[in-house]
Amino acid sequence: MRAAVVVFPGINRERDMARALTLIAGRAPTMVWHADTALPEGTDLVVLPGGFSYGDYLRCGAIASRAPIMEAVRDHAEKGGLVLGVCNGFQILCEAGLLPGALLRNAGLKFICRDVHLRVERSDTPFTRGYNAGQVIRVPTAHGEGNYFASPETLAELEAEGRVLFRYTDAEGQVAERANVNGASNAIAGVLSQKHNVLGLMPHPENHVETIMGSTDGRGLFAGLVDHFVQAA
Amino acid sequence: MIPNEPKISPELVAEHGLTPEEYQRILTLIGREPTLTELGIFSAMWNEHCSYKSSKVHLRTLPTEAPWVIQGPGENAGVISIGDGLAVVFKMESHNHPSYIEPYQGAATGVGGILRDVFTMGARPIACLNSLRFGDPAHPKTRHLVAGVVAGIGGYGNSFGVPTVGGSVGFHTRYDGNCLVNAMAVGLAEEDKIFYAKATGVGHPIVYLGSKTGRDGIHGATMASAEFGAGTEEKRPTVQVGDPFSEKLLLEACLEIMAAGCVIAIQDMGAAGLTCSAVEMGAKGDLGVTLDLDKVPVRETGMTAYEMMLSESQERMLMVLRPEKEAEAEAIFRKWGLDFAVVGETTDTKRFVVRWQGESVADLPIKELGDEAPVYQRPFTQTPKPPRVNPKEIKHPLKISEALEQMIALPDLCSKRWVWEQYDHVILGNTFQRPGGDAAVLRVNDGPKGLALTTDVTPRYCEADPFEGGKQAVAEAWRNLAAVGARPLAVTDNLNFGNPERPEIMGQFVGAIHGIAQACKALDFPVVSGNVSLYNETNGRAILPTPTIGGVGVLDDFTKSASLAFKAAEEIILLIGETQGWLGQSLYLRDVCGREEGAPPPVDLAAERRNGDLVRALIGEGIATAVHDISDGGLMVALAEMAMASGIGARLYAAPIAVEPHAFWFGEDQARYVVTVRAADAEATIARAKAAGVPVRRVGSTAGNALTLPGEAPILLKQLRDRFEGWLPAYMAGEVI
Repeated sequence: MRAAVVVFPGINRERDMARALTLIAGRAPTMVWHADTALPEGTDLVVLPGGFSYGDYLRCGAIASRAPIMEAVRDHAEKGGLVLGVCNGFQILCEAGLLPGALLRNAGLKFICRDVHLRVERSDTPFTRGYNAGQVIRVPTAHGEGNYFASPETLAELEAEGRVLFRYTDAEGQVAERANVNGASNAIAGVLSQKHNVLGLMPHPENHVETIMGSTDGRGLFAGLVDHFVQAA
Repeated sequence: MIPNEPKISPELVAEHGLTPEEYQRILTLIGREPTLTELGIFSAMWNEHCSYKSSKVHLRTLPTEAPWVIQGPGENAGVISIGDGLAVVFKMESHNHPSYIEPYQGAATGVGGILRDVFTMGARPIACLNSLRFGDPAHPKTRHLVAGVVAGIGGYGNSFGVPTVGGSVGFHTRYDGNCLVNAMAVGLAEEDKIFYAKATGVGHPIVYLGSKTGRDGIHGATMASAEFGAGTEEKRPTVQVGDPFSEKLLLEACLEIMAAGCVIAIQDMGAAGLTCSAVEMGAKGDLGVTLDLDKVPVRETGMTAYEMMLSESQERMLMVLRPEKEAEAEAIFRKWGLDFAVVGETTDTKRFVVRWQGESVADLPIKELGDEAPVYQRPFTQTPKPPRVNPKEIKHPLKISEALEQMIALPDLCSKRWVWEQYDHVILGNTFQRPGGDAAVLRVNDGPKGLALTTDVTPRYCEADPFEGGKQAVAEAWRNLAAVGARPLAVTDNLNFGNPERPEIMGQFVGAIHGIAQACKALDFPVVSGNVSLYNETNGRAILPTPTIGGVGVLDDFTKSASLAFKAAEEIILLIGETQGWLGQSLYLRDVCGREEGAPPPVDLAAERRNGDLVRALIGEGIATAVHDISDGGLMVALAEMAMASGIGARLYAAPIAVEPHAFWFGEDQARYVVTVRAADAEATIARAKAAGVPVRRVGSTAGNALTLPGEAPILLKQLRDRFEGWLPAYMAGEVI
């Protein structure tokens, strides 16, 4: 799998993401500068990592969504290429219109860094084929604005089309108010684009990929993507 | 040479925080009346914050050397070797006064400043810690300060992208008018790629990097060198505004030009901004410096030379570049969208010359600006030794279990999860032991080497006996590192005290330094960096003396570190170290019995070392399954924390006959740990401790879901945890007090 990680100024989890990709894909991703206008030839997966692009000034992700490289990312997505946005990357994808909805201030109005449980809603996508449907994974969150919001019509559409891919739940996989860490609509932690090729996800699977560090629940996402491209080849 | 400027009057001198004697010293030194800009420069260089004029003679007594120390105090941060060609760069610094005035920005820029100190030396920051002290929770300002300071620390560190992995939070009415925000940053570098402030070579370009200069923070360092009184709120304009985004760019750009070999010397602009950084680079290199202020990037129009020299705008650096690399360095900075301007050059005159609008507005001897700063042997009176509390005359109002339930929800003992969940503590993917334990444990690069980090101080001990309190702060940091299995290497100290012009405050300072020095010597735990914050007083009332110690230790294999959670039922719980039942200055005596008094527990440094060395060996060999140091709240609180962290309870034996039970369970005797071992290892471990001269005692075994004391009802962990976790969120929500 040839992955490209886009580096916007102020992004700060690009090293975490590159480490996870390298460990699991066995191949280091290419780091692509925000001011570039093209992705490397043959890019399979584009990743927009977490952080505070442009300081999150104006609105989270708003400035990055208009960076020069985003035209190429948009093209990649339109051609059906896979795009993964994590945390700030998710916010950027929403601001860029590649995903519906918006990420609001956490319901508790505070930044939250905590391990949360996510239920994987389906396993028949390139992003989740490393998991079983209904599987509960534990991964960390670290964000102040991860409260997913969309209009009732959009939410209904997302649900009907099976585009809610990850949901905040308790350890048993039950949706519960206490487990919905940021107050997201329908406890949504991750959503797919209409063509199912763009995923935005608030928590950080890239921080839970090593046995030695205590948890590997995030591996499935990357392992599934690698497998997807192996099968496709 | 000097353009017209306002006449220097005694009032103007006083407004600059300079005494008439100090002004006389300036006149003697330069042989004429200073210009206004020069007066500003002197006030910046000679205030307490920058000159250490009250503390210098005492700081010199601290041990600063060890074979693993690469750079001791005097640079932007201390540097130690951790082997394999790797160096750890670290320092702690206070931002107390700004944080009280404007908690969010004050705390945020405190974090920004200390991060800059670390990456200025060529290190990539890998962790932040902090030590916070607030006033009485019932004080009307406390909640606002806690909320603002915590959000500010998180706001800066989270955005910058460094995990905040540890710290401490405490409350006491003596901080009502003067909270403490001590921030520590830790970075990693290669041993042979450390960068220093010392300029070399004549005629080399001096380059200004980072954000533009504005009028913010003018006289910030002078503010930090005075007491608070009425009108403190009006000082808000002296607090700087942080921009973590610019700092992140500055980090990446600095590390990139360092790697490209462009840098001769580098100094961050912290307190007293351009003045301090330029003078330091020149003075350290025995060179002169000429600055041309018309080249300084400014964000406001009409700034005077005086304002530019004293601005404390954040996220700025000064560098001396290799002339042949100037274009390459500039391209790197432009790529990151940062300002880059050649603002001066090094000279062979040893003069500090500042030019503005074509004229010379300052021309001063550069070495003397620093070296000739006044040094004071301030008079001091030793703090009288308080009497020992006689345990026999203490009345115990509650049973042990009732007292524990009350204590676990005290502001000083309750869970600080509400605080550290607002800090990203997992970014960079190397946090092995998260906040909430004795010390944070980080993987170094891809391992197996690890680092252990902690901050410690017990201000109430220091108030009662500054010498023992100073010793204790160092010993506790050392113990916390040993408790995770690390070899303690070095410390940074952040000495927070009141007004040094009062002999009793100076006595606290001197006493604490002696204690710190003695403990650091005995434990081979040198001081490699630090910061002094004096004048922490409001309306004549000083804070508790608070010499915060930040400790760094190393582990050969981070996966072999110990944590405090019980690991399994039916393991044997051992108490390591001697227990006399010392209740003087204990939290139990203060908060359960209502008596804040007595001598604090003395620290036997030889015992500290013996006990810690044994515990570390037991961890390294995999014999100790869980370890916790015993500090605030004593043995019972330590056991409760181990149980709550795991959900596994304990069956406890009765206290030994020789010690009163409350004193046994809640006494705060030093040099102690709780260690659990498998039942099969118990006998051998006890024999080994005895052979090493380490007191050891079985206090029970792990079992069930409650703490059970003979003759008392079991304390259910769930209830205990609800109380432990409940207080701080409820307080911050305005539901209690």
